[in-house]
Amino acid sequence: MTLQHGAIDCDIHPTVPSVRDLLPHLEPYWREHILRRGLERDNFDISAYPSGSPLTSRPDWRGAGGLAATNLASIQAQLLDPFRPSAAICNVLHGAQMMMSEDLSLALCRGINNWLIAEFLDRDPRLRASITVPIHSAELAAEEVERLAGDQRFVQVLLLAMAEVPLGRRQMWPLYRVAEKYGLPIGIHAGSSFRHPPSAGGWGSLYLEDYVSFAQGFAGALNSLLAEGVFQKFPDLKVVLIESGVTWMPASMWRIDKTWRGVRSEVPWLAQLPTEIIRDRVRMTLQPFDAPPDVAAVTRVLEQLGSDDMLLFSTDYPHWQFDGMDALPAGLPPALIQKILFDNPRATYPRLAALHPVGETTS
Amino acid sequence: MAKHVVARASEIPPGHRKIVSVRGREIGIFNLGGEFFALFNRCPHQGAALCTGEIVSRLESTIPGDYRLSRPGEMLRCPWHCWEFDIRTGQSWCESNSVHARTFPVTTEPLAAETVDVTIAERYVVVTL
Ligand code: FES
Repeated sequence: MTLQHGAIDCDIHPTVPSVRDLLPHLEPYWREHILRRGLERDNFDISAYPSGSPLTSRPDWRGAGGLAATNLASIQAQLLDPFRPSAAICNVLHGAQMMMSEDLSLALCRGINNWLIAEFLDRDPRLRASITVPIHSAELAAEEVERLAGDQRFVQVLLLAMAEVPLGRRQMWPLYRVAEKYGLPIGIHAGSSFRHPPSAGGWGSLYLEDYVSFAQGFAGALNSLLAEGVFQKFPDLKVVLIESGVTWMPASMWRIDKTWRGVRSEVPWLAQLPTEIIRDRVRMTLQPFDAPPDVAAVTRVLEQLGSDDMLLFSTDYPHWQFDGMDALPAGLPPALIQKILFDNPRATYPRLAALHPVGETTS
Repeated sequence: MAKHVVARASEIPPGHRKIVSVRGREIGIFNLGGEFFALFNRCPHQGAALCTGEIVSRLESTIPGDYRLSRPGEMLRCPWHCWEFDIRTGQSWCESNSVHARTFPVTTEPLAAETVDVTIAERYVVVTL
């Protein structure tokens, strides 16, 4: 389905062309460190989205070197101008977030955030971004959030679903505290730092396994946030599951409610059905929408989600989730489309709440 | 509604229970610190013999790290799927608005016992249903 103008696109992926392009945006110490080690010759692609994989980019969006979305001109030509969103949130997927050295991880994440500001945010008012943070150090991640929170174009903090520890663990709490303080949702993107296999059963052989198993990773991350009491500890924190797919959620909701009824005494802070907390505090981006393309099946999934507030529009540009201009999956009811495109993103991201309604923003 | 004498009060000391049968229905009589309560011996979830479950306390916390034990010995845990019920009210702890174990009014009353020459004044547990 073709899109109305003025939507808020909650997941697009500018691609860092190479670590060389980050050098001007690094602090001098770390620029020198990287050059001494020859690290600028590696691009730190993340294994969750290998640059050559068909899913990583639509073929018609790839540039000369095979990468897509490496500069503002292509993002404007391929996404912003044809789809005409009122805002699009940049989520950079890069190995910077998961370097073994937490200091180097922070330095590169800072470089990416500075690159985002200089190359994108300063040059197109439609763009917003998530703060790229070192996911294995909540303390350093919180420091980077503090550095950038004053810039209202950063609307969220970006984590990956699978890291060294489940995301609800207390060592992550310093980051959640600072995110809550600044009204920044925690965006959890598909992906893993691959310290553990993406499937709980061990290492798979093929990309198909990894990609499909990401849904398990999301369920694990969400169960951890719920069970550890993150939503009670940080009552204003919101969580956005990005590129998680949607259809695993109803089954996971039913499963955690059912189990919770019998083990509530173990997690007494969960004083209501976990599903009620999910509907209230957890959001999911639309693409990839993994329901079958028929109205009856889509309607059933939406009913099972049980809330019109949960889905946020995304193209997932330049990942290959749809062709042409068909960014909206078939079978969504019209009233819900309006919510997905605009109302839900505005309600989720306090820093987007003031965006004009659809129709007034197209230029 | 009729009253049914189901036990001598002394048979069910505080913290204990007795399962009795009244007009073909099994009912659990619980003594909480001298007060008596009666619950239908059938879990509202899937029908387990609720009153045979473990008598437990309530573990409470508003946020992780802040722990409180309350209502010692006043909760009943179903032997099948471990849903917990408030012995005083029958309210379930997992869905307190919609799931309740059935309760019955209980009193203790002095009755004249069954002897010819001597009347023994003792308290009896009486269930109304
Ligand atoms: S039958 Fe009692 S909890 Fe299921």
